[in-house]
Amino acid sequence: MKKAQMKFMMLITGLLASSMAAAEYGLNLRKGVTDFSETAYEMHTFTLWICIVIGVLVFGAMIVSIFAHRKSKGYKPEQFSHSTVAEVIWTVIPILILVVIAIPATKALIQMENPTDEQGKRMKMDMTIKVTGYQWKWKYDYMDEGISFLSTLAQEHNIARQKGSGIDVNTIENYLLEVDKPLVIPVDTNIRFLLTADDVIHAWWVPDFGWKRDAIPGYINEAWTNVKTPGTYRGQCAELCGKDHGFMPIVVEAVSKAEYARWVADQKGEQAVEAEMVQTEWTKAQLMDKGEEVFNAQCATCHQATGAGMPPAFPALAGSEFVNGPAADQINLVLNGKAGTAMQAFGNILSDTDIAAAITYTRNSFGNTAGDVVQPATVKSMKQ
Amino acid sequence: MSQDITPNEMNHAEVAHGHDHHDHDHKPKGFVKRWLMTTNHKDIGTLYLIFAFAMFIIGGAMAMIIRLELFQPGLQFVEPDFFNQMTTMHALIMVFGAVMPAFVGLANWMIPLMIGAPDMALPRMNNWSFWILPFAFTMLLSTLFMPGGAPAGGWTMYPPLVLQGGHNVGFLVFAVHMMGISSIMGAINVIATIMNMRAPNVGYLNMPLFVWTWLITAFLLIAVMPVLAGAVTMLLTDRYFDTSFFSAAGGGDPVLFQHIFWFFGHPEVYIMILPAFGIVSEIIPTFARKPLFGYVSMVYATAAIAFLSFIVWAHHMFSVGMPLGGELYFMYATMMIAVPTGVKIFNWVATMWKGSMTFETPMLFSLAFVILFTIGGFSGVMMALAPVDLQYHDTYFIVAHFHYVLVTGAVFGIIAGAYYWLPKWSGHMYNERLGKIHFWWSTISVNVLFFPQHFLGLAGMPRRIPDYSTQFAEFNMWSSIGGFAFGLAQVFFIYVVWKTVKGGEKATAEVWPGAKGLEWTVPSPAPHHTFEEFGPVDLDKMAHGKDH
Repeated sequence: MKKAQMKFMMLITGLLASSMAAAEYGLNLRKGVTDFSETAYEMHTFTLWICIVIGVLVFGAMIVSIFAHRKSKGYKPEQFSHSTVAEVIWTVIPILILVVIAIPATKALIQMENPTDEQGKRMKMDMTIKVTGYQWKWKYDYMDEGISFLSTLAQEHNIARQKGSGIDVNTIENYLLEVDKPLVIPVDTNIRFLLTADDVIHAWWVPDFGWKRDAIPGYINEAWTNVKTPGTYRGQCAELCGKDHGFMPIVVEAVSKAEYARWVADQKGEQAVEAEMVQTEWTKAQLMDKGEEVFNAQCATCHQATGAGMPPAFPALAGSEFVNGPAADQINLVLNGKAGTAMQAFGNILSDTDIAAAITYTRNSFGNTAGDVVQPATVKSMKQ
Repeated sequence: MSQDITPNEMNHAEVAHGHDHHDHDHKPKGFVKRWLMTTNHKDIGTLYLIFAFAMFIIGGAMAMIIRLELFQPGLQFVEPDFFNQMTTMHALIMVFGAVMPAFVGLANWMIPLMIGAPDMALPRMNNWSFWILPFAFTMLLSTLFMPGGAPAGGWTMYPPLVLQGGHNVGFLVFAVHMMGISSIMGAINVIATIMNMRAPNVGYLNMPLFVWTWLITAFLLIAVMPVLAGAVTMLLTDRYFDTSFFSAAGGGDPVLFQHIFWFFGHPEVYIMILPAFGIVSEIIPTFARKPLFGYVSMVYATAAIAFLSFIVWAHHMFSVGMPLGGELYFMYATMMIAVPTGVKIFNWVATMWKGSMTFETPMLFSLAFVILFTIGGFSGVMMALAPVDLQYHDTYFIVAHFHYVLVTGAVFGIIAGAYYWLPKWSGHMYNERLGKIHFWWSTISVNVLFFPQHFLGLAGMPRRIPDYSTQFAEFNMWSSIGGFAFGLAQVFFIYVVWKTVKGGEKATAEVWPGAKGLEWTVPSPAPHHTFEEFGPVDLDKMAHGKDH
């Protein structure tokens, strides 16, 4: 019986060990690519070792006792039940250990919240990015450049992750950790992040940067980073935010300063084109094409690609009286959202063109017969 | 219902004695009188324990659905929203339906027996506080069958997300209110019993540690359950009456809810562990054949932990954006908890040291408790460090941590207590071989279940997600296999308990040779009424009756 137990345990540990060896990633916290993440890693490792040493001592004493002080060996029990000296020792020593751990933790926390440079001066931030969490996407605003865009789960991943998609997710690279448009930042730059949300609480987390911070409606939280190594860094929303909480990844591309400057110029060019397009008159076919694209990326998560919705939380658009009713009401709802529901105020999120196209698409698809088109200029005028 | 039918687990006394002498027990006849209208602490204790176990199975079934979906990447079985309903309901049911009622059940059964009291101080309230629970949980579980489904915003019920829940919000809030009322009444009863109904020569520092830990737990309950009630009431008015306590758009503050919730929530986690500390403090001395080491410091350490539990709540919120001073304070205060907790662990080890140990099932579960709870304590110290917690927070590292302290902590404590006292309750010894199988099966599988979750969290897997990146696949599969095995082990536990209740070797009054405690001075099974005459008890029979 005893031997069988031992064999079984050895089998389990053996299997576990081989599975760990086969795993492609480490068992430990990531070291990351910022000073802060490296400090966190070192503190984690240091504390872990302290715990392991204490564990070896405590569990060691237990194991010695279990094997030596047992009745089956005829061990006669002592009857001591108190020792003030022992109680003082094992109260004071843990306090000292905690003080030793608390000192670097305090320093690291101060550097996160009130960063200072080598000279001890308050660290200067070189640029600011505002991060807004929405159900279930991120919006990035480059405050100094006027660049602004949404970042959502990449389409290929979104299709594969649907229940019964029939796609083997193992064939998809970086499954669930890919977005349609990543955040681009320069390396060796002090970047201030301002974090907020527009519906529920989210949390922005890239493990390689070493921190996560909640994005809370009504709050503007602050955090900062300085990435030292160019590369692509992936993370996820870390605060439960509704049904697609698991599907709002974060991808950050850290590039050289020169490459970043080129990227900024490109973005500004695209935004100028976008602004012009709002003023032009669109044909119905153009709006329907663009609308389908926007709808599938932004609206289909809730209202479904078929427009059937998921009642009662997410109403159907197909055959909806509201969608087949006056266009102005629908534009108003899409622009301003509906309080107390997951329907967001898309006026802050999507461009006027995208909103016009999506509305046109819903009014003329899924068997809906409103028949009219909504021009970007109309949406723009209703925003005021 | 026939007058003769009583539930199986309680009729062995009649069977054994064959009604051949006049009934000393004075058990009420008939199911309704015996169980629905009962004011007997032992029967109410039994009801609590059966209810808690039923909830443990329901909550466990939800955990099985969670582990099934997470067995491999991709969505195979449930939609994300239903997955969130499962994580939310699993936690609510396990916390409020399984662990807390199980401890109240043990308190009902054992506290009067341990202090020489004839019953609980407030027997009718005792009946009411139990019978509220089935209604509360029927209401909560009914949301699963409503349009829109059950609450899916997490057991922490953070607004604004929880308010998107539609009509389940009202049901959730009222269910929580009822559970809270039940807990507060149970706590009042425990305090009133311990303070007023100890045998006349039993002083506070003669009480067994299980009674002490429950006394302290009861004060925690009275202090924090009303806080939770207040928080959920504000959710209710925000949802239905257009108030804006937690809505930023209306001038409210979503973070305020988190502060209030965790002011309840942190003492709550000690409510779920202190009685387990008490249980293993009874069991280890019995099977080490040696008095508990440092009885008085154990009492003070428990009180210290309880006090500290009120001043550390915001360590659940390090990522919320508190000012630096607040983060530093909550970090230091949290680290301090390690000191009294360490004292308890060292004292348990010192109790074993140079004892004469045997390894019956209750002792095995208690030893596993000490080791595995300590592992949960280690990860607790690590996440007290605010700068590193910005990595750990809301990952599977946290999930691993709180399951180590709650499953291998609280639940193992309850199981240890169940094996320890089952002979006293049923009059039969459980089958030691089956008990040991249950122990090894549970202990191995629970580690396969939760240990890999540390690695998942460190590697970057957030909690509360229905699907994950393929890099996390292997450990999730291990965790799921462990989960299914652990779930099955608890079904096996039902069989072991059932077999014991139905029959088996007759238990003596003492049950465990040399065990100290007044509960071992009454016959097994404990008669319907015990310590009926108020008077001094034999202090030599108590573990701490004389000097300590």
